[in-house]
Amino acid sequence: MANKVLMKGNEALAEAAIRNGCLNFFGYPITPQTELAEYMAKRMPKVGGLCLQAESEVAAINMVLGAAASGVRAMTSSSSPGVSLKSEGISYMVGCDLPCLICNVQRGGPGLGGIQPSQQDYYQATKANGHGDLHLYVLAPASVQEMVNLVGRAFDVADTYRTPAMILADGALGQMMEPVDFDAALSEKRELPEKTWATNGTKMQRKRNVINSLYMNPDDLEKSIIDRFERYKKIEENETLYEELYTDDADIVIVSYGITSRICKSAIEMARAEGIKVGLIRPITVWPYPKAAIAKAAKTAKHFLVVELNMGQMVDDVKVACECRVPVSFFGRTGGVLPTAEDVLAEIKKLNGGNK
Amino acid sequence: MVVFEKPHALSPVPFHYCPGCTHGIVHRLVAEAIDALGIEGETVGVAPVGCSVFAYNYFECDMIQAAHGRAPAVATGVKRTNPDKIVFTYQGDGDLAAIGTAETVHATTRGENLTIIFINNAIYGMTGGQMAPTTLPGQVTTTSPYGRNPQLQGNPIRVCEMLSSLDGLAFAQRVAVDTPAHVNQAKKAIQKAFQNQIDKKGLSIVEVLSTCPTNWGMTPSESLKWLRENMMPYYPLGVYKDIDAKEGK
Amino acid sequence: MTTEILLAGFGGQGILFAGKQLAKTAMYNDKNVSWLPSYGPEMRGGSANCSVIISDNEIGSPIINRPDILIAFNLPSFDKFEPKIKEGGILIANSSLIATKSERDDIKAYYIPATQLASDNGLEGGANVIILGYLLKLTGIFDLDQFIDLMVAGIPATKAKLIENNKKAIMLGYNYEA
Repeated sequence: MANKVLMKGNEALAEAAIRNGCLNFFGYPITPQTELAEYMAKRMPKVGGLCLQAESEVAAINMVLGAAASGVRAMTSSSSPGVSLKSEGISYMVGCDLPCLICNVQRGGPGLGGIQPSQQDYYQATKANGHGDLHLYVLAPASVQEMVNLVGRAFDVADTYRTPAMILADGALGQMMEPVDFDAALSEKRELPEKTWATNGTKMQRKRNVINSLYMNPDDLEKSIIDRFERYKKIEENETLYEELYTDDADIVIVSYGITSRICKSAIEMARAEGIKVGLIRPITVWPYPKAAIAKAAKTAKHFLVVELNMGQMVDDVKVACECRVPVSFFGRTGGVLPTAEDVLAEIKKLNGGNK
Repeated sequence: MVVFEKPHALSPVPFHYCPGCTHGIVHRLVAEAIDALGIEGETVGVAPVGCSVFAYNYFECDMIQAAHGRAPAVATGVKRTNPDKIVFTYQGDGDLAAIGTAETVHATTRGENLTIIFINNAIYGMTGGQMAPTTLPGQVTTTSPYGRNPQLQGNPIRVCEMLSSLDGLAFAQRVAVDTPAHVNQAKKAIQKAFQNQIDKKGLSIVEVLSTCPTNWGMTPSESLKWLRENMMPYYPLGVYKDIDAKEGK
Repeated sequence: MTTEILLAGFGGQGILFAGKQLAKTAMYNDKNVSWLPSYGPEMRGGSANCSVIISDNEIGSPIINRPDILIAFNLPSFDKFEPKIKEGGILIANSSLIATKSERDDIKAYYIPATQLASDNGLEGGANVIILGYLLKLTGIFDLDQFIDLMVAGIPATKAKLIENNKKAIMLGYNYEA
């Protein structure tokens, strides 16, 4: 079992952030992500870092903005209602081209919703986490180990392309304990650009730096957005991640991410045991979306089945990626309810019957 | 012999402010304090949303433009991660005392080692003369067209008085820039607010009673008179807290 | 092979701790394992449960709907989860707080007055560990010595009394004869 430790997802994520050089955490308590902030509060003073509990999620993300502006790795975490509050600051950070990590340990919504696991913030995370033309680099891990593995990449991508990154987890991943190997998680070292833009004092050695998202001239604003979208294009080219399982011969390809994809994997094994050819595409980045993998699978698959913990927020992404050449069905539970592998298997069988 | 020159920390660009507006004077006083203390290279300023949104264009130090009301949170992020830098926010009344009240109060009570320059002109200037949290009872604005009625629209906030109850506050002084004497007083207060930060004393705020001739619908000189006759009685000038004084210095 | 163990009872009965001991020992035996607690306000004085899945394969859902093993610490948990035990599965019930017996003939049901044993032996709050000892004896799921070593390793050495009590509790359960 080598160097494995048994840890809650929330705590493992916090530890991984620290190990990836993030020594600045700003948070606010909310179930089911609170252990992340608690872990930071306990660990940061021991590693010479900072954990500050803000007066609100709004303040927390703006503290992250200030910290990121001054050139350090910084992060915040919350759960769905709190992430809505952070959306303002996230938009400003995009507008200011500031890197950071935001964790959303999703719970049920809308409103106060519930505290059980959900994936109801898919639209918010992938389409519009804040106002304006913007994207975040959004990673959707499926296990505690993967959460840990992806933290380093999230920070590296954020720093490389000057963008906020998000870990889109859920209450189950945050609360569950699984064995984690931190040494296995350290990502390959990247050459990161120097933060010459940081507002950390001119020391009278250079011209002042200004971190700003305001442009009174629409041409200037348009140019800044187009420049940013050029970087988004590079992120799409270089940083899209997904996992494929049995797609080569699959008649039915399930598309599912995060905790739900694990339930689907169990269902797929059950279906395969019964001779039903089912495969899986698991987006690991939900933005950028693994369109090419979907398009490729669409050449051989007879049916896509989207499974997620919401009312079908990812369905359109699959339809667009496969250009509606293959029918796309949906199965999901919402409000904090998780389907069982048997539930997913039943959906597979329905589609399989339809194909006969 | 140089009789008068632009402070180095003030950028050589024209202000966008209206004629008779006192933002320009306060900008200059801030820049003079930065020059006098020799801290330009170590200073990071945080601009608000409001008339002084472009403050990031007017200072030669590093500047960050914050979301409406969030400057104290942004400044907290900068200062906590760069404790050796001098960090100030420059905020108007809507920014600091309405949408950003929580950030203001909590940065203060945490005792963040920051300097806040607070411009109180009793009105929203940038959006064109709406009621501010500091608009006086009876004062006419576009959103209190019959005069601010405390029964309907609530009472104004006295920021220095409110913050003075908080332990994290090191220094709070309300000043004005309506006369040369008051400008000198304001200059000293602002310099002290920066010096306190250098001395790691906690949060210092200087509230500057200011005019808005455009949105008050007055000439600049009428505005100064109105400020003296209406704002000063409601918002008395003076030192509201000074931990040095408490220590008997 | 996959074993799904559901532990359920009142908050404060040490349910999550007991589940964690199982998960930790499984990890040290190079198994895949997941531990998922109920969380949120319902934990405060209400019901608490935790799902521990131990498997040679990758674990899918961390939520247990049909446990192989149910450890019921109180009556509400018994009522709620006993019908859901898989055919051929195992029930271990804390008979100090559960007067009812299972009427199912497709499961193996065991009863241990864990709360009573704990208080009789000056081990207040130790019912959870007593039941773990009984579980080890009944199922042989883990080696007893390894289990004890790992549990003790998780307790600060300064709490010598706690270490002793836990050892005592586990042996009490392990040697319990119905």
